[in-house]
Amino acid sequence: MTDRNASTQKGDPLLEFDVAKIKDDFPILKQTVNGKPLVYLDNAATSQKPQSVIDALVDYYSADNSNVHRGVHTLSQRATDHYEEARSKIRRFINADDDRELIFVRGTTEAINLVAQTFGRENIREGDEIIISAMEHHSNIVPWQILCQEQGATLKIAPIDDSGELLLDDFENLLNPKTKLVSLVHVSNALGSIIPAKRVIEMAHAHGVPVLLDGAQAVAHCRVDVQDLDCDFYAFSGHKLYGPTGIGILYGKADLLEAMPPYQGGGEMIRSVTFEKTLYNVLPHKFEAGTPNIAGSIGLGAAVDYVNELGIERIGAYEKQLLEYGTELLSQISSVQLIGTAQDKSGILSFVMDGIHPHDIGTILDAEGIAIRTGHHCAQPLMDRYGIAATARASLAFYNTREDLDALAEAIDRVIEVFS
Amino acid sequence: MPNVPDVPLDGLYGDLILEHFRGPRNRAVLPDADLEAEEFNPFCGDRIILQLKLDDTGRVVQVGVQSEGCSIIQATASLMSEAMRGKKLEELEDLAGLFRETMRGNTEDENPSADLGPLQSLTVVRRFPVRIKCALLPWVALEEGIKNYRSSQTRDQ
Repeated sequence: MTDRNASTQKGDPLLEFDVAKIKDDFPILKQTVNGKPLVYLDNAATSQKPQSVIDALVDYYSADNSNVHRGVHTLSQRATDHYEEARSKIRRFINADDDRELIFVRGTTEAINLVAQTFGRENIREGDEIIISAMEHHSNIVPWQILCQEQGATLKIAPIDDSGELLLDDFENLLNPKTKLVSLVHVSNALGSIIPAKRVIEMAHAHGVPVLLDGAQAVAHCRVDVQDLDCDFYAFSGHKLYGPTGIGILYGKADLLEAMPPYQGGGEMIRSVTFEKTLYNVLPHKFEAGTPNIAGSIGLGAAVDYVNELGIERIGAYEKQLLEYGTELLSQISSVQLIGTAQDKSGILSFVMDGIHPHDIGTILDAEGIAIRTGHHCAQPLMDRYGIAATARASLAFYNTREDLDALAEAIDRVIEVFS
Repeated sequence: MPNVPDVPLDGLYGDLILEHFRGPRNRAVLPDADLEAEEFNPFCGDRIILQLKLDDTGRVVQVGVQSEGCSIIQATASLMSEAMRGKKLEELEDLAGLFRETMRGNTEDENPSADLGPLQSLTVVRRFPVRIKCALLPWVALEEGIKNYRSSQTRDQ
């Protein structure tokens, strides 16, 4: 085993996390897998949950479970209060102006579909254009393809360079009077590239075009301020932000949301119903048909509390150090090729190895207790862009350590050994 | 082949599998195949093109396999190609059925099926449930190919 001490110095004390203590907050991390301590490096797929989030779910079901916005009884009032408190917490977390601008949805995918099926159907007509990028997740491709097919509109693809950076000039050149929406990934799930969102939004707004950002991989790793970004829509999932699955947020500027038709019909989203005419409820309830994921929302609120306590800036800075360390480690292994080397990058190490398929890498790493993701990462057009079918991807969270990355590098040596 | 005792891979990367992965058999493209089928798994990029040439009695005389992807599909495709020569289509269907049944069977069964011959080395894949599909893809191609061959024969009559 060669010396793996990459040259990264022990960082700024301000950035030094007490990771041992943080890890202690995550019960799932205290286990062995295949006889080895679990090294969880699949955070871009889903993150683990701190005890406080798990407790929030248990407490809600143990003490407050009831339906929201309906009953006059005490439990219903408590459930409603907790549900709406969660919305406020998340609103402050992304610095939105008004709770009415946050719609609880199942996740990023549903948020994007909501915009496509409401804003999209209302505003996008035959001959219009929607711009996405070459590094979108399928969830930010397919809803627009469906819409384009329905409306006779065209999907335009903003290209990236080989490092995985969005080509800004090419993006700007795509903007024209036919462009009705720009929908871009904020942080690429497969490459880690962070797009210059503020500039991109300025460019689009200069043409009067609204912008949706897919923030699934961003909110847990960097400060997202929707007012500073001036984005029109922002979509993210709770489960990648240390919260439960099945809950997510669509942020939209109030005037846009007001003008949009409802997404689904049912209870909660109405003000009054007769068989002749239905009046829709006000924001955000207009878009929350049916009994919502109350526990999930409360759990996501608890996750935001947890992240706030650590500080999202500190989290980002710590993960950046880890990424630099991991990048250096993997760069030292000659048969490993990193895919995605953008200057501005989140904690994602996507790689391929000469003559060894990512699934074989994933299986051997799993035998070492290391969880990574292998496959096309729901970004097949991006894989095609690089002429590969799949990558192996290690993705970081603040509970990961340099030791985790050492274990990754050692296990990759094992892969090489098995296939030598 | 390095000895890997401390990795609980249960022989997944055993001698025979790695040997067939590194040196897959019957890779030549057949210009005049009677039966041809292609299968693709977009999730991982596993792909196989299978070609068979039959003699007058309906027995396989030549096999052509082009596969790409992980070690398991490549080794399976290669081992399968060696097991097919001299067999009739019905026998291949039986073999495919037996293989599929074995792969989906009880993982505790140490001696799954002696009838599988060298293909039995692949039964270790049962311990890695997410990888079973890698070992089944070549057989899906075989079954699809036989189905299409039969329907084209019926049409021609």
